Amino acid sequence: MAPSPVSSAFRTTYDRLKRRGERQYALMRALRRGRRLRALEDRSRQIAPADILVFTTLRNERPRLPYFLDYYRRMGVGHFLMVDNDSQDGSADYLALQPDVSVWRTSDSYKASRFGMDWINDLLRRYGSGHWCLTVDPDEFLIYPHHDTRPLRALTDWLDASGARSFPAMLLDTYPRGPIEHAICAEGQDPLDLANWFDPANYTIRKNSYYGNLWIQGGPRARCFFADSPKNSPALNKIPLVKWHWRQAYVSSTHTLLPRGLNMVYAQDGGEMASGCLLHAKFLSSLTQKSAEELDRRQHYAGSKEYRAYHARLGESSSLWCEESRQFTDWRQLVDMGLISPGNWA
Amino acid sequence: MSAAEVQLGVVLLCHDRLDLAARMARIWAEGGAPVVVHVDARVAACDHEAMVQALKDQPLVQFSPRRACNWGRFDLVQATQEASRQLLDQQPAVSHVYLASGSCLPLRPVAELTDYLRCHPGRDHIESVAVEDALWAMGGLNEERFTRYFPFDWRHQRWRFDRFLDLQRWLGIQRRLPAGLVPHLGSQWWCLTRHTLDAILSDPDRAAHDRFFRLAWIPDEGYFQTLARKHSPEIESRSLTLARFDLKGKPYLLYDDHRQLLEASGAFVARKVWPGATGLMDHFPKASAAGTSGRHPDPRGIDQLFAQAAERRARGRPGLRSQGRFPNKGSENQRTAAPYALFQGFDAVIPGFEDWLAGQLDADVHGHLFHPDRAEFAGRPDVGPGALSSNPTLRDYHPEAFLASLIRSGSRMQVFQHGPGDDPGPNWFIAGDANARLSVLTGAWVVPLFRAALPLVEVRRTAALLQRAEIEQTAILTSPSTRAQVQTWDLADFVARPEAILAEALGQVDPVISRSQRPLPPIPDLSGLGDFLQRLRNAGLRPALTGSFPPTDASTEEGPTP
Repeated sequence: MAPSPVSSAFRTTYDRLKRRGERQYALMRALRRGRRLRALEDRSRQIAPADILVFTTLRNERPRLPYFLDYYRRMGVGHFLMVDNDSQDGSADYLALQPDVSVWRTSDSYKASRFGMDWINDLLRRYGSGHWCLTVDPDEFLIYPHHDTRPLRALTDWLDASGARSFPAMLLDTYPRGPIEHAICAEGQDPLDLANWFDPANYTIRKNSYYGNLWIQGGPRARCFFADSPKNSPALNKIPLVKWHWRQAYVSSTHTLLPRGLNMVYAQDGGEMASGCLLHAKFLSSLTQKSAEELDRRQHYAGSKEYRAYHARLGESSSLWCEESRQFTDWRQLVDMGLISPGNWA
Repeated sequence: MSAAEVQLGVVLLCHDRLDLAARMARIWAEGGAPVVVHVDARVAACDHEAMVQALKDQPLVQFSPRRACNWGRFDLVQATQEASRQLLDQQPAVSHVYLASGSCLPLRPVAELTDYLRCHPGRDHIESVAVEDALWAMGGLNEERFTRYFPFDWRHQRWRFDRFLDLQRWLGIQRRLPAGLVPHLGSQWWCLTRHTLDAILSDPDRAAHDRFFRLAWIPDEGYFQTLARKHSPEIESRSLTLARFDLKGKPYLLYDDHRQLLEASGAFVARKVWPGATGLMDHFPKASAAGTSGRHPDPRGIDQLFAQAAERRARGRPGLRSQGRFPNKGSENQRTAAPYALFQGFDAVIPGFEDWLAGQLDADVHGHLFHPDRAEFAGRPDVGPGALSSNPTLRDYHPEAFLASLIRSGSRMQVFQHGPGDDPGPNWFIAGDANARLSVLTGAWVVPLFRAALPLVEVRRTAALLQRAEIEQTAILTSPSTRAQVQTWDLADFVARPEAILAEALGQVDPVISRSQRPLPPIPDLSGLGDFLQRLRNAGLRPALTGSFPPTDASTEEGPTP
């Protein structure tokens, strides 16, 4: 039976107020935790009004950094704002030497800062307003339709012209053909040279009507690590590219934003809206070591369930590759598979 | 008018990115066309000054007095009128005036355009469609553009704009067009002859025209289009500027990767160029290949590209659920991407049915995809098409997505076995899907029980479960919301005429194949089944779906031997 109009109006108002409370709470946390960030090198004054900004939290990612920075520089990113969470491998020093990077350092708990989102929300609030902001990890590489011929600015200009304020890009886990521990990525090397296989069509999508976002799961992690508890498999939906306003906040990683309208990046009338993906080059030899380390720290989501699962599986030499895996060629392939879409962007 | 007299002049309207506009003005002027530039008064003075300085070396470029232009208002028409007047007065040699904007890119040299105009020197190139026939964009405001008053700005005073329109509709207010005018609409980018433009600008009734259009809606798409009908001796109702709009009325932008399509289009001018498309701006204008400089515009290629994008945005790909497409109920445009088929019960009666079927059809024939123990993909791999796992927990986590993904990733038709013992999760989804072709043999689950050597108590219990499941399933398939193609037979019917029923079932999947000859699968002997059913009845269960099997005579009374 349909709920009465009065109770559903009450529900709607209640939810709206609750979401506002959550958003304000997230902003407050950001304000508090953000104060504990220590600027190691603050070049934020170089940021030009129209620059596209990248925001990143990292820990011990030194070998990945040169390629990561180059990838997004080539795409046309103007400035990087990065939080180094107590790296021991010289990541922070390397970043401090880069001409277009501002870097902050903290030794606070990753978990207690809601997996780094408090720090990022604070930087977004301080520097992001009015800019298109891309929040990615060092192992995430944005792919969008036409990215080989059109810079990121073309996309953000088009989003501006279409009145869109956010752009979705789901995580697409990539992995090598052989065992993960044999895929050793040298510094400066494109990790996608090694990990360039992905699962084409085993994703599930549900809608979260409270936040209005889609909840996507599946891929090799669900297939190999979470087959018997699919509910726990990691969320793959992300909205990493957002035209920022200081009132906005990420409430759970880059999966969910508030206000709710920012999450409505999909068409419900049967059409397709433009979307991209983040190629997630996580499954390389470095993961084996990292999962052991992260398991010790217990700093990850849901009691580090994910890392425990990797550790269990990756302890024995293991490969995510299967006969039905596809090798990544270009964005058109992803469009054909329906994983991303150019939407109305011809 | 003699052919030698054709001389092109350009009115260039600019409201942002003046660096780009200066570049366009230079292209026109260097091609020999005098240009009058109008710069929106809201552009910063320093930007304007920079443009003036950048074009100082171009004697053919003049600037008209600046005026603030609001989108959709009469200001834009006034700016065009003033700039046109200035061009006609200062450049007496100009025989044709082209209206362009700062983001209109000339694709072919000015000389080719001039040659094209020279073919029909008296012709006006202006898209002009009678309002009653035009289906223009922008939320259905077609005729009303001319019959209501629009004193409010649509962008900045939207609420008042809408309410005032509602009020006029309620009051039934109808404006009357000035005498002699028939309302026409069309692209705002045109090319008019001096004769027509001059006649429009010096029309004795111009004050009345302007007064009327001042309160019309988006007059820049109506003023010249309507008045050209009054004054032009010859109208070619097609804009020489390639400009395309999406379903929301936003212009499609042009990027470097459109270069080949633009070149092939043969259009003289295209818009709207993305300001960062330096590749396009460096490449164009481009002279046509030798011998083709007289070709006519034919923008089919690029039109197709835009039409595809519009279609994708409006309807999407059938059966696709993705991060950008999550249709509400009723907007799905098919739940799945392609037709697929289910065979229920056949494999229970005919041993080896799956393999036999695979030999008959040009299709991927799977086993029980929704078997409780595993998804039985063809060949029984652990990971099936699309990297779908055969793990039942993962599959049952979202059976609809599992099925839709499988159908989307297969290059051939997908066919699978189904039965009351399988996971019922996707049953509603399948029944409501017009792509599903179901061939159902009810009561067939009895046959494996009949052949199995199990104690009667257990047989009875299993039979009860399967029968209840199949009754529920049948109820779903016969519900009014069912859109699948369903053919149902009962077991007794099948035993009576197996060939005919198999032919009908296959005919539903592949109409071509049903007419061809093929060897039938071996159909096992089911004598004694009637007796078996009677024993079930005697045990208190009433088999309801098998059809009628009379209890056999005493000679087979012992039933199946283990």
